[in-house]
Amino acid sequence: MLEKANDGAAAQAASANKAAAIAHEQTTHKDAQLHHHHTHAATSHHDGGHHLLQVEDLNVSFCMYDEDAPYFQAKQRDVQVLHGLSIAVHAGEIVAVVGASGSGKTLLADAVLGLFEPNSTVTGRIWFDGERMDAEGLRALRGHGLSLVPQSVSHLDPMMRVGKQVEGFANALSKAERKARREQLFERYGLGPEVARLYPHELSGGMARRVLLCCALMDDPRVIVADEPTPGLDLDLAVRALDDFRSFANEGNGVLLITHDIELALRVADRVAVFKDGTVVEEAAVANFADPALLSDPFTRALWHALPEHDFAATASTDEQGRGNASIDKGGRSC
Amino acid sequence: MEEVLHTPVQRSRGNRATTLVACIAAACALAIVVASGLVLYSQATVTDFTAKNLAPSLAHPFGTDWMGCDMLSRTLAGLSTSVLVGLLAATVSSVIALVLGCAAALGGKRVDAVISWLIDLMMGVPHIVLLVLISYAIGKGFWGVTIGVAVTHWPSLARVVRAEVLQCRESKFVEVARKLGQSPARIALHHMVPYVLPQFVVGLILLFPHAILHEAAITFLGFGLPPEQPAIGVILSESMSYLSTGAWWLAVFPGLALMATVLLFDVAGQGLRKLVDPHTAQK
Amino acid sequence: MTKYLARHIVRFALLMLAVGLVVFALVSMSPIDPVQANVGQAAYVNMSEAKRAQLASYWGGDVPFWERFANWAGALLQGDMGTSLRFNAPVSVVIAHRAANSLALMGIAWLFSGALGFALGVAAGARRGGALDRVVRSYCFLLASTPTFWLGLLILMVFAVQLGWFPIGFSVPIGVSAADVTLADAVHHLVLPALTLSVTGAANIALHTREKVVDVLESDYVRFARARGESELSVIMHHGLRNVALPAVTLQCAFISEVFGGSVLVEQVFSYPGLGQAAVTAGLGGDVALLAGIALVSAALVFGGNLLANILYGVLDPRMRIGEGRA
Repeated sequence: MLEKANDGAAAQAASANKAAAIAHEQTTHKDAQLHHHHTHAATSHHDGGHHLLQVEDLNVSFCMYDEDAPYFQAKQRDVQVLHGLSIAVHAGEIVAVVGASGSGKTLLADAVLGLFEPNSTVTGRIWFDGERMDAEGLRALRGHGLSLVPQSVSHLDPMMRVGKQVEGFANALSKAERKARREQLFERYGLGPEVARLYPHELSGGMARRVLLCCALMDDPRVIVADEPTPGLDLDLAVRALDDFRSFANEGNGVLLITHDIELALRVADRVAVFKDGTVVEEAAVANFADPALLSDPFTRALWHALPEHDFAATASTDEQGRGNASIDKGGRSC
Repeated sequence: MEEVLHTPVQRSRGNRATTLVACIAAACALAIVVASGLVLYSQATVTDFTAKNLAPSLAHPFGTDWMGCDMLSRTLAGLSTSVLVGLLAATVSSVIALVLGCAAALGGKRVDAVISWLIDLMMGVPHIVLLVLISYAIGKGFWGVTIGVAVTHWPSLARVVRAEVLQCRESKFVEVARKLGQSPARIALHHMVPYVLPQFVVGLILLFPHAILHEAAITFLGFGLPPEQPAIGVILSESMSYLSTGAWWLAVFPGLALMATVLLFDVAGQGLRKLVDPHTAQK
Repeated sequence: MTKYLARHIVRFALLMLAVGLVVFALVSMSPIDPVQANVGQAAYVNMSEAKRAQLASYWGGDVPFWERFANWAGALLQGDMGTSLRFNAPVSVVIAHRAANSLALMGIAWLFSGALGFALGVAAGARRGGALDRVVRSYCFLLASTPTFWLGLLILMVFAVQLGWFPIGFSVPIGVSAADVTLADAVHHLVLPALTLSVTGAANIALHTREKVVDVLESDYVRFARARGESELSVIMHHGLRNVALPAVTLQCAFISEVFGGSVLVEQVFSYPGLGQAAVTAGLGGDVALLAGIALVSAALVFGGNLLANILYGVLDPRMRIGEGRA
């Protein structure tokens, strides 16, 4: 009796989900531009009718002691780090999220991958390929549709040979199939068969980047979340390193590129989402950055002026590291 | 569908104020133990042959021993001796640790190597064996055990101090202070001391339990405090002769009391560390 | 690799030499004159003139320190550790006999507490904040504050005195000649002391292992493994154990020192005739040669353990392996 009631409730919930999903699916860009928070790039297309990855109204907060209160009277309270964040990735495009280092961009990657800190509260709506996801769904997507390309070699197990790590443990392939696929990927990305026998600390920087990409591609994803995948590379090298992401996107997949480097974003991405104070203030096609008049947010316009090629304001910095970030850093709130 | 994707696993209950209260309570309890032990010191040796080998009762909550001494008084007196020996030894030990730790961090590569070698050397002989040796060298009794514990317990804290000072010296704010032309003494006093001191105090408090346990152990073996002095080690070593006669209270209560005392120090130290350590301060 | 090995062996030798010097200096400092303290002992009464002269050349007050040390260390290097006055036998014989008992006790406690501590530590670390973690942590916390010898007394009281399941002490039944002692007898006498040592030791290992597991689980590579869809179990099996194993080896080797120290106390409680008990007898009875000998053996065990840990590290840790990999 009870079970039946539960079944009924579940079915109802499921149909409600479906209805919600369909409602979202049926929203077109023509009549809901605002709903989607973004403008489109030439390459953006909606295979199967909609976005590959869509995040709406994402909030992340942490339960912490109040830093400002006297030490022993400090109450624990929620510190909001991300709020009302929305972003979308279409099939065939690279979307760059650009914000200051340490401003909480990585939390976006964590949320999309369903990796939550124990003391965090996360709310929001996430769709993957048109389907609404809950925490369980996001967990199931990890390595099965959604893959992460992390920043550095520290994300590889120092005690395990590279080949075995790339082959992974969670995909549905048999051992032989994994090996074959890994060999194929290594060949495609110019990694010799001997690389499989190396340990992570023996990899050069370039090799490590390709190995990390191979890890992600091994799982045959639709969307790659790349979290600062080109640390320490100068602009031209970084752009070239991201060629692989370009070709991945061109096959009809999506890339969410998280970076602090606006120039890099403008060179490789199709659309750029500007991240400030825990939210995306503007999500626009790269073409819009040609002219400040096409940008709607005042911060984005300030950012435009700070770019070296528009050396308009004194904030423009030609310093290697601060390239283009000067004003972002000023605006970003550390968490 | 619910919009909530994740909620905190558990709101942490252990809050700063509670930790502080626990620390203060532990300190008070220890002070009471020491004070009552000192008051009962003379009473601990009062013999009453009409009340020998009594099991615990209201008049003698811990029972009496083979000479009719009240075990509660003996235990408290013994505890206060143990705590005082532990305090003295741990304080001396921590001063050694501070000096050697700072020397290792600031004295250059060679001094560092010598001190790390010295630490290896100290760690080479098991503590108890080293304590036996030192007690043999200096002679048994109060000074033998105090000096023994003092010179054997510094290595771990010295490592902590060394690491903290090194980290502090390499940190941005010290670098800035140096560039601003502040004198080394001023830098040490204004930047290093506030940074290293909390860790040092916590390390010192966490040394007490070790010091007390080792004092009791070495006394138990017959190398520490002499049998006429009230000490937990003495009580427990005496109790061994009466175990087979069923006088369980001679061993159980004094041991429990020792364990509780050590636990209090541990609680206080761990609590303070939690407050001082930035990694756990948010928990 | 050879160079790495050689460096550690030289270090081992230097440390042993230094320990020898310290031990010798300490026993020489003693106000107890070993010759005087043992005048009444049978060993001294029956001693040959040559042996008495040897005793004086090591410990006599009128010979300079360095000369005495040279005499003592020289003989030691030739395998002569002197004569135990208490046991009326060469120190090496006493130690060899006692070590057999002690090594059985320490070996069992070492292996058992290592295995149990590792399992508990991994389980607690993997389920951080869970019920098992809380139980393991309370156990470790409590045991860290418990005097080993008192725990031994309690165990003795419960299992030997009250329940009568095990003998009260010694390594073999009293009044049975050595030839008639069976393995079962020996094991029967070994259980309680080994249990006491293991219970304390496991707490120590578990706490440290747990911390390592927590560190590993918070690492970048575990985050990435999770991001690739690995389950918690897979993460522990593939990355956790692999990365905790090395620190565990170090812990286990460093733990030799604790086991030895603990065995001194436990042997005293259970009247178990091992090295620890001999050290106490020697220390209380002014048997310098034996005391110094046992101190050296304990140091050799500890440094040997460290040496083993370093060698294992060199073999097991890919970051330490030299001459392999990038060709």
